[in-house]
Amino acid sequence: MALNVWKYASPQTFYPLAGRLVPWFFTLAAVLAVVGLYIGFFVAPTDFQQGESYRIIFIHVPAAWMSMFLYIVMAFWCAVGMVFNTRLSFMMALAIAPTGAMFTFVALWTGSLWGKPTWGTWWVWDARLTSELILLFLYIGFMSLHAAIDDVRRADRAAGLLALVGAINVPIIYFSVKWWNTLHQGASVSLSRSPSMASTMLTAMLLMSLAAWMYAIAVSFVRVRAIILERESESDWVHELRSAAA
Amino acid sequence: MNWGSAQAFFAMGGYALYVWGAYGVAAACILLELWVLHRRHRTLKRDLSRRDADGSSGQT
Amino acid sequence: MNTLGLAPALATVVRRDLILALRRRSDVLTTFFFFVIVVSLFPLGVGPEPATLRTIAPGVVWVAALLASMLALGRLFASDFSDGTLEQLVLTPQPLVLLVVAKVFAHWLVTGLPLVLIAPALGLQFDLPAPALGVMTAALLLGTPCLSLIGAIGAALTLGVRGADALLAVLVLPLYIPVLIFGAGAVSASAAGMAVTGHLSLLGAFLLIALVLGPLAAAAALRIALE
Repeated sequence: MALNVWKYASPQTFYPLAGRLVPWFFTLAAVLAVVGLYIGFFVAPTDFQQGESYRIIFIHVPAAWMSMFLYIVMAFWCAVGMVFNTRLSFMMALAIAPTGAMFTFVALWTGSLWGKPTWGTWWVWDARLTSELILLFLYIGFMSLHAAIDDVRRADRAAGLLALVGAINVPIIYFSVKWWNTLHQGASVSLSRSPSMASTMLTAMLLMSLAAWMYAIAVSFVRVRAIILERESESDWVHELRSAAA
Repeated sequence: MNWGSAQAFFAMGGYALYVWGAYGVAAACILLELWVLHRRHRTLKRDLSRRDADGSSGQT
Repeated sequence: MNTLGLAPALATVVRRDLILALRRRSDVLTTFFFFVIVVSLFPLGVGPEPATLRTIAPGVVWVAALLASMLALGRLFASDFSDGTLEQLVLTPQPLVLLVVAKVFAHWLVTGLPLVLIAPALGLQFDLPAPALGVMTAALLLGTPCLSLIGAIGAALTLGVRGADALLAVLVLPLYIPVLIFGAGAVSASAAGMAVTGHLSLLGAFLLIALVLGPLAAAAALRIALE
């Protein structure tokens, strides 16, 4: 079993594997999303306080969770790459980043649209949203640093170090912002806290989160395949791939 | 079932702008991401086959 | 071949950086005046109402300190990088981590410490009460070294990179946020008559963490940049 794992650490063997898995993950994502949205919109009841606007949580919360989860996964692959010096690990991290940033943006946007009918303003400086904003900056920093360095190997490792520094900082930043938020806020209500959730709401939210996760894996695999082709374009196996496909 | 009619569904109890604005942008982001990736792969295919046609060990 | 002892080596690095900084005095003074000017701009933008100024003063001074500190970071490693000194530093037998500490210390002496010293005067412009000014000085004294230590990581990561200055801002400012929150929070608390020991203790803790982890990360980043 251990031998098999290391085999797929090579871009050459991972490329076809990822290609075979992508359709499955997309299918899973679609199915889970359809079921989740159905339950969220057609089964879960209207919220007593927020009316129908609360239904935004079925996209907001999964996006927020994925944005944080993907950053951790990205940092994990950076760490693996730096310790084991495996090219594919860095490629995987680079593949995850744009999707993570996308989810962060969606979390911010949907959070804002949820906040307006609920609290009356388009932006709420609550701890979660503010931390999401900072997370977006961290993703952008990672991608910008990588893009700015011409030497791919140096870019991988510099951005990798940055991701790790960011990962260590995220809890510190989150707790600082949380503290700041409770200090400055009069009424301490936050978008993240919901009174008691009906179980149907929770089910829908979990299903949507799983859907987002499957989607993220699928998209990351598609992107990493592109990165692999771009970086390994000179190598023999890519040439063979091209001539086999031609 | 929660909704009396399709109209009620789209109205979302008056919150249509917020709910559909949220889901709409999320869907747009996902579609955009997929389209950008699709284009990236298409460009790659084109560039790699062009390189093969010019003769391998790509010297530009 | 005599290997220089650790303490003399570090002292040499500090002394060299200080001499170089003093030769390029304009760089040092630019950071200082940037800080002063930015702080002075806010009343012009917000209005001279004393109550408003007193409220925004902690945030304004701290954000200006962050920006000034970040502006100065470009100079931490760049000139040594371009003339080859940095490569030599990496190759010396002394631990790179400690050499980084020495360089950051020298950098802070000329860019951070002046901010600490002038801040009370600026606080007076904002009608902050005297105890708050004292807290501000203490907080900046703890915070500005943090900024230099954290910033060193960003400076090392962006060595010789296109558009390094703007990129440095994107990378480093999010990492500054905890220092900002508790630094400004300390001054606000003091102005409101509340206890500041919590804030200052946390700032002290941040400083210790930055002192231990910052140079480690910066040294790793330097090695990556020089490979």
